[in-house]
Amino acid sequence: MKTFGALLRSPSALFGLAVAAISLATALFAPILAPHDPLRTIAPLALPGSVAPDGSHLWLGADFLGRDILSRLIFGTRTVLLWSSLATAASFSVGVSMGLLAGYFGGKLDTALSFIANTLLAFPVTVLYIIIITSFGASGANIVIAVTFASAPGVFRIMRAIALDIRNRDFVAAAITQGESALAIMAREILPNAATPLLADLCLRLGYTAITVGVLGFLGLGLPPPTPDWGGMVAEGKNMAIAFPHLVIFPCIAISLLMLAMSLLSDSLQQIAKGGSRA
Amino acid sequence: MLHFIARRLLVLLATMLAVSFVVFAALELNIEDVATHVLGQFATADQRHLWLAENGYFDPFLYRYLRWLAHFATGDWGRSIHFKEEVTTLIPYYLENTAILAGIALAVMTPLALLLGVLAGMREGSTLDRVISFFAIATTSIPQFASAVFLSGIFVFWLHLLPGASPMTSGFAWRELVMPVAVLVLAGTGYLARMTRASMVEVMSSAYVRTARMKGASFPRVVLRHALRNAMVTPVTVVMLYIPWLLANVVVVEVFFAYRGFGTLLYTASLQHDVFLIEGCTMVAVVVVVSTQLLSDLAYVWLNPRVTFDTPSEKTAGAAA
Repeated sequence: MKTFGALLRSPSALFGLAVAAISLATALFAPILAPHDPLRTIAPLALPGSVAPDGSHLWLGADFLGRDILSRLIFGTRTVLLWSSLATAASFSVGVSMGLLAGYFGGKLDTALSFIANTLLAFPVTVLYIIIITSFGASGANIVIAVTFASAPGVFRIMRAIALDIRNRDFVAAAITQGESALAIMAREILPNAATPLLADLCLRLGYTAITVGVLGFLGLGLPPPTPDWGGMVAEGKNMAIAFPHLVIFPCIAISLLMLAMSLLSDSLQQIAKGGSRA
Repeated sequence: MLHFIARRLLVLLATMLAVSFVVFAALELNIEDVATHVLGQFATADQRHLWLAENGYFDPFLYRYLRWLAHFATGDWGRSIHFKEEVTTLIPYYLENTAILAGIALAVMTPLALLLGVLAGMREGSTLDRVISFFAIATTSIPQFASAVFLSGIFVFWLHLLPGASPMTSGFAWRELVMPVAVLVLAGTGYLARMTRASMVEVMSSAYVRTARMKGASFPRVVLRHALRNAMVTPVTVVMLYIPWLLANVVVVEVFFAYRGFGTLLYTASLQHDVFLIEGCTMVAVVVVVSTQLLSDLAYVWLNPRVTFDTPSEKTAGAAA
């Protein structure tokens, strides 16, 4: 609650919270908010503000297949929020559990897991995404898998370092003497102590993953068409952008705004976690 | 020190072997796929079978991997299906183009980021600090394809100052490099500036800087003579890590501006399922990443006398002023 109060006093955090809340609401109520079906052909390449044959307005224009851009942006909020949070959740589940095991048990298990993590970290991330998605095909599930491979090693490292440190504390020794199981010690003694650094990393990673979903869409490796996807919209409109800039400019503004909000929010959270009172 | 380098080189070699196995398994475990990609989708099952038999694909998997590794180590990386050229002649050309692009981007962004970081960090909480910090966050959070669209909108379509694509079809052109470099600099400067700022803030609040201030040294003198050297340790090691960052991030920029670099090569190879070219590109990318990590570690040891990797450090803080 104190954290929340501190967030409300910082203008940049307030902006971040507002945009995040609006995006979440947009994603949840997309069918109500969108003026048109995002997949329906209305008027190909209509300019922003033009009126469709049925008398309805196309506020942001229509794309090359005549689909309403505003409606596609609204439904695209779902795509980016859903897949980036699923992918981040998967990376954290794998990274945290493997890091706990490696840090707590140490020895050969730690050596093996750390080697796997370092091998994966040796790939430039985009290279890893391209290889995984071109070999297994472009789909939501494969985005989650690719992001997990790229992201889990980083989470693993953080969790492992904390577990290594805490394992040798007195309260863990006390828990062992009391006959607590390894699983109980990891869940009740080690994990709560890792909450703050993990939370800071979670915020940052959520933002990066959302960018990744956009970039994959832009490279044609994201969700297959006709799913409304901001990155995909830019890729589709890129070659016609000279004549019809509205095809690409609105999805770019949408993704930049969301990313900016997330960065400002995670930055404020880190400031508060550090105890600094810089507004 | 020598012991440290030798051990790191050994780890590097082990990582490379593991990576090569992963790449080979991902791309060549399913031999039917390999045959389809090489011969095209219109080849008959008999043709594929014949090709697979001719090229030894019916040998056991581990044997095939070791043979591939031996070929790879001796410089036989196979032929690109899409470009119809040896992989070993393709990669250097495209890698050189990327090195030019990334090198210029790095040469622009490093001094800019260091300057901004020092200016922001020398007086924590000042207006200048807040403005720089905000822009550092804002620019890093905009995806590169979006900033490429915004910058193209302004400088290409509105002001007509620069070309909107960089294929370099009629020879090398500096003008075509401006947009891709600008996008990379915009995306990369913020992070380095923030690292420099954090490092500078820490140094400025240290005891020896306070001492220098109290003995009457002027503010510029304290910043330039006392703080700067120690504040540079972290940023310099981070600069090294920008090389893998650039290698990963040139993909979007190169594809956007149709620049014929390493990122476009790998991207085209992947879209065309050009198995041998993907393998070659990936191995080159991994070598670059792992060796820059090694260089970054070495730079850290070299710049920071408090850190040694052979024996536990006994020296304590404050020695380097």
